[in-house]
Amino acid sequence: MTAAAPPSLLERARSGDRRALGRVLSVVENEEPGAAEILRETYAQAGRAVVIGITGPPGGGKSTLVSRLVGAYREDGSRVAVVAVDPSSPFTGGAILGDRVRMQQRALDDGVFIRSMASRGHAGGLSRTTARVVTVLDALGTAVVIVETVGVGQEEVDVVRVADTVVLVMVPGLGDDIQAIKAGVLEIADVLVVNKADRPGADDAARDLAQMLTLGKGRTPWKPPIVRTSATTGEGLQDLVAAIARHRAWAAESGEHDRRRAGAARAEVEAVLREALVRRLADRIGRDRLERVVERVARREVDPYAAVDELLAE
Amino acid sequence: MKRPIRVVVAKAGLDGHDRGAKVVARALRDAGMEVIYTGVHQTPEQVVETAAQEDADAVGVSLLSGAHNFIFPRIRELMTERGMDDVLLFGGGIIPEDDVAFLRGHGVERVFQPGSSLEEIVTYVRGAVAERRGTPVAP
Repeated sequence: MTAAAPPSLLERARSGDRRALGRVLSVVENEEPGAAEILRETYAQAGRAVVIGITGPPGGGKSTLVSRLVGAYREDGSRVAVVAVDPSSPFTGGAILGDRVRMQQRALDDGVFIRSMASRGHAGGLSRTTARVVTVLDALGTAVVIVETVGVGQEEVDVVRVADTVVLVMVPGLGDDIQAIKAGVLEIADVLVVNKADRPGADDAARDLAQMLTLGKGRTPWKPPIVRTSATTGEGLQDLVAAIARHRAWAAESGEHDRRRAGAARAEVEAVLREALVRRLADRIGRDRLERVVERVARREVDPYAAVDELLAE
Repeated sequence: MKRPIRVVVAKAGLDGHDRGAKVVARALRDAGMEVIYTGVHQTPEQVVETAAQEDADAVGVSLLSGAHNFIFPRIRELMTERGMDDVLLFGGGIIPEDDVAFLRGHGVERVFQPGSSLEEIVTYVRGAVAERRGTPVAP
């Protein structure tokens, strides 16, 4: 498998070979040899898909809601992809990617492609290469890409760099309104969902969110609508689809869509540049020298700033 | 470049006893692998499609219902149709000794019967995937 020539793999993926697509996404995800070529071959064709981000705390019903959304977007025959991110263990690097459990009824629909990704130590709610995986799916003719983040706390906001519309899924009973004030994730939400709306406390949760939104001045004139859903019954789903479409129309008209894509391009270039610089510097400094300096910092013989000055000096 | 081992762990067939599958999934995770867990009641078609989309190195199927002599060969057959012969297929569950040889003959590389240790399973998956990739693998 290792010697598969990336272009032919990409061609196979383009012509609908789903296994080849699975492999292409791995090459990009792992930054295997050929990843840069795949990006080069696909980048110009991307940018046409509707990219929807789904974020929110763990256990809020994100995956179930994603599965519902897939069903809704499939109604007109559009090809839909899901990229679902789950956390990696900080200790072993392993991960249990369980988002598919709620989506397996879509697995055999050949207009749907579901890919699980582990966060691999990246802290922003996505993995480092999630945006690139979305680019490839977009370029290969997917009409709608739904990106599900890891269960987030308060500041995992990377999804705003990938998605055109960010849906924040909350549930009743998460805590008082101070929790909501603190949340950085609230600031990136274009649509707010109170899921499990059939449960007690849904009214309180919706009211708290509505009040929160009146407290501050938003980044844009867009007022995020609050939609109540029950992902298990499908209640409220059409309202959610409509709210996402309204945001998309507003973003296109107001220029927010272009601004966001420009921001995403900047973030991606900066990320790749940072990776390249770090790699280059790491090569130059060498592992041994780095380790020796780290030991001296640990013994407090030198402070971290001075240590870095020293490493960069030559 | 890091390429973690990706394993699909699935419960195929009609029985819903997923504790064993979850324990194995957890052990593989703790060994540094990325485990795609599908949940219960998976058809062979769903298992193979999942392995394709997720670019799995290995597929582990847990079966306690007695349908193993049908389901495992069917999974392998679908894999072959899709050109996925390089993907490792292993299984576990209540599978009588007499059936193990039959399954081996139908593309199931290894069957873990009751009493197998987690360490045994982890070591096996790591070794078998490394052999298929032709390179030693990180975790």
